[in-house]
Order: sequence, then structure tokens, then C-alpha cells
Amino acid sequence: MRRLTPWLNGLVWLGVAAPLLYLTWGLWMDRLGANPIQEITHQTGRWTLRFLLATLAITPLRRLTGWNGWIRWRRRLGLAAFFYASIHLLLYLWLDQFFDWGEIGRDILERRFITVGLLAYGLMVPLAVTSTAGWIRRLGGRTWRRLHRLVYAIAVLGVLHYWWAVKFDWRPPLAYGLILLVLFLLRLRRPASSRPVVTLPPQPLSKIRSEA
Amino acid sequence: MLIRTETPIPSSEITDERLYWNRREWLRQAGLLAGAALTGLLTPGCRAEGQQVRHKANPGPYDTDEPWTSYEDITTYNNFYEFGTGKRDPARNAHRLRTRPWTIRVEGLCHRPATYELEDFVKPYTLEERVYRLRCVEGWSMVIPWLGFPLAEVIRRAEPMASAKFVEFTTLYDPEQMPGQKAPILDWPYVEGLRLDEALHPLTILAVGLYGKMLPNQNGAPIRLVVPWKYGFKSIKSIVRIRFVEKQPITTWMKAAPHEYGFYSNVNPNVDHPRWSQKTERRIGEFRKRKTLMFNGYADQVAHLYEGMDLRKYF
Repeated sequence: MRRLTPWLNGLVWLGVAAPLLYLTWGLWMDRLGANPIQEITHQTGRWTLRFLLATLAITPLRRLTGWNGWIRWRRRLGLAAFFYASIHLLLYLWLDQFFDWGEIGRDILERRFITVGLLAYGLMVPLAVTSTAGWIRRLGGRTWRRLHRLVYAIAVLGVLHYWWAVKFDWRPPLAYGLILLVLFLLRLRRPASSRPVVTLPPQPLSKIRSEA
Repeated sequence: MLIRTETPIPSSEITDERLYWNRREWLRQAGLLAGAALTGLLTPGCRAEGQQVRHKANPGPYDTDEPWTSYEDITTYNNFYEFGTGKRDPARNAHRLRTRPWTIRVEGLCHRPATYELEDFVKPYTLEERVYRLRCVEGWSMVIPWLGFPLAEVIRRAEPMASAKFVEFTTLYDPEQMPGQKAPILDWPYVEGLRLDEALHPLTILAVGLYGKMLPNQNGAPIRLVVPWKYGFKSIKSIVRIRFVEKQPITTWMKAAPHEYGFYSNVNPNVDHPRWSQKTERRIGEFRKRKTLMFNGYADQVAHLYEGMDLRKYF
């Protein structure tokens, strides 16, 4: 596993950057269809969910593989989710509403998928801010971990946002919902036979850097 | 002898390769071919009935002079769930649809019900180009030069009875040709309807082409409805049945989500969709959104149809 790590590390970087590269290329080459703004909005929304699910997959992966090295990518996946969510939100505020705050306010009050989506984003902000080593130190591992359990709520709200946003084809949001459910169920099960999992405190940035 | 083993490449294979390597080029070619076919299909009728295809040298009374949305965008950005729910799915999958032979059944409360072959159905009418705005309920819009004829003429030919109050339209149901129908997301086949006076309105047309070419499958070939003051989904595609009925038909989207999609579905900036405002729209190809116009800008022509009606209730 140790020898694989640099490769996996590169792969994770690529995975995090690929959607952005693809969308930039697509916009440049006019390959995003007739309504590129909508396409980018939808795709960044889906990538937010995918990276959220990937973040939540780290703990089950550690349990299933017995390898704790997965943890080194969790921060990056979480920040990727935040990054794509930020583009998603910015496109809504700018190119959908053109910063018409009255209209945005009405949207938040009247449309539950907007309410829930914005709430999910609001909860992501403190997690993104406190993702640095300095903040982990300042908060202490226990408080930090408790704060970052918000990710469960964010993921549920994210899937709900998608579910309520789609017109009628509920199959894609259902797929995300089912994956999330599986990830949750994997957490509940703690087989007595397997050796206890050592929960590592989040790694300081400097350490991750030196390993990469 | 050896030289003779080289068989000529069948033309079908050349087309396939072009399709494979360059879909845009293929679409253009297909459009040209279709245009030729359309001319071929309609020319006998033209000569016999004095029919002609009018172009936009002099805009008609119903035309908008706004710039046309590109042929590429009109034919690759479609809602046609019979071929998939993605916007690009119809252009990818609609080639499975066989539009010849095609029969249309006119039935219900009328004195002259009949089953027509498409060619016979279209033949008596003069094709006109109508440049209409199309506003989708999802908040985007296009300007499309349709090629068609007024639905009113079809209705007059059928001689509806006095008891007929509505017209109901049905799309083909054939999951083999329309793979999207294999998914249970809507109650297939697609059904739409108009009140009789809406159907008789001169703006309402049956279209068989766009951009002077034969209608591409993803746009509702071989024949579709166009009702420009209503949201796009009212303009049902690939019609196989036109039926005169007394009661307001239950349309597919009403059945799927009655609180979101009403029978009338007139473009109305003052009545929001439950999940988004209808005040603005993005014209395909434009960056900024524009204000949505009452009845999609056709208020002068159609507002009288709804006088005294509460358009919030009858949305």
C-alpha cells in the first residue's frame, strides 16, 4: 500500500481537478450544449455531492481495508466539495438571479430546494474554514471532530436539495440517496470480530505535504 | 482477377462513418437530405394544390423579427422524454424513430373521422414558415422558424360536432422506437390537449419542418403541434391521434404533477412555477436573462381567449 500511495495521491488530485478542467475545456470548445450555464450549474451540483460522498466513504474504506492511509485525502475531497458547491452557488446568484436579492430572498422563503441547498452550503463554510492545521490545533481534536460531524447533515441536505430540484426524473437523486444510505449503514455496523479501528486525529497540513 | 475483389463501398457505410466521426457535420448533412426529402414529399402536392413554401422575404403577421436560434441549438437541446430525460438525449436517440410510414387518426366527436397516411394528411394544406418564440416551462426560450399549417384547417376538415369542446392529442407509443418510454417516469403515451377555441386560433399550427427543412425526429417528426403562447410541453410531438372530446383531457404532465402543471399552461410571468419564478427566461445563446412576456408576447392575439378567467387558478 505504501508504494501505491504516491500513485493514489496523484489520482485523487486528478479526480478533484478533472471536473473543473472538463468544464473549462467544454466552455472553451463550446461542447456543453446549447445552455452551458445550466450545464455547468447542474454538473457542479452533482460533483459537490460526489465529493461529499467520497469524503464520507473514507471511514468505511479504512474499516474495510484496514488501512488508515485513506484519511490523508479526506480534507482534499471535502474542500473539493466546497469548491464545486461555491461555483454552483455563485452561478445561481450571478447568472440565474443577477444578484437580485429580493428575488433570491423570495426563493429562499418559498422554495424548499433553495432553502435546503443554501442551508447545506452555509454549514459547509465553517467546515472549510476550520480545515487547516491551525484551526484543528485551536479547536482541539475532539471539538474539531464534533464540528465536522456536520458533514452528515450537509450530505443529507445536499441529496434532499437535488431530490426536490429535479423536475420528474427522480432516478439520479435516488441513486445518490441510496449511496449515502449505504455509507451511513456501514458506519452503524461495528463488527466485534475485526480489530478496533484507531481513529487518527486529523493530520496537520505539514505532515500531509511532506508525505506527498 | 485480384482487382475485382475490391467491392465498392456501399453508400450507407459512408454515411455511417461520417455520423461516427462528426455528428455536427452529419446533422447538417441530414438536414440537407431531409430538406430534399421534404421537397420530394411535398412537391406533388405543391403542383396539384398550388402549394408553396414561403420564406421570410416578407414576414407574416404572426412572425417575430427576433433573431432565430441556431439550427444546431434547436436540434440538440430538446425535451422529449420518449428519447431520454437529458437535453441531449433526444438528438442522440431519436434516430430510432421511423417516421415513414406514419398514420394519423382523427376521431372522436366529429362528423368526418378518418385515418390518414401522413402524406395525405398534409397534402391539402399550404405550408407556411412561422417564426415563433418558444418558451419552455423550465425558464429557457428560443426563436424557431417552423414550417407548418394552421390546425384550424384540420379541425374544419374533420367537422367537429357541437358537443366537442376540447381537442386531445396523443404521441406514438412504441418503446422499441422510443426507448425513453421503457422508463416509468411518465404515464405513456404522452397526451396533450387544447380547448377548441385555442386549437382554432390562427397562431396554432401543426409543424412538419423547421429552418425550411423536414422536422428532425428530436423536434417531433413527422408532425407536431406548436402553440406559441403556451409553455413548450403543450406543443406535443410525433402526433398519431387527434381526438375531439367533450371534457377537458387529462394531460400527461397534469397527471404527473398536478400542482406544477395545469391544463392551460399559458406563459405567464405573474404565476410562478412552484420551484422557480417565471418572471425571466434565458434565450438560448444569450448571456443575460430577459423578462418573460405575458402569453409569451402574443397577448394581443390571445388574451381575449382567457377574459374573465383567473389565470392563477387556471394556470
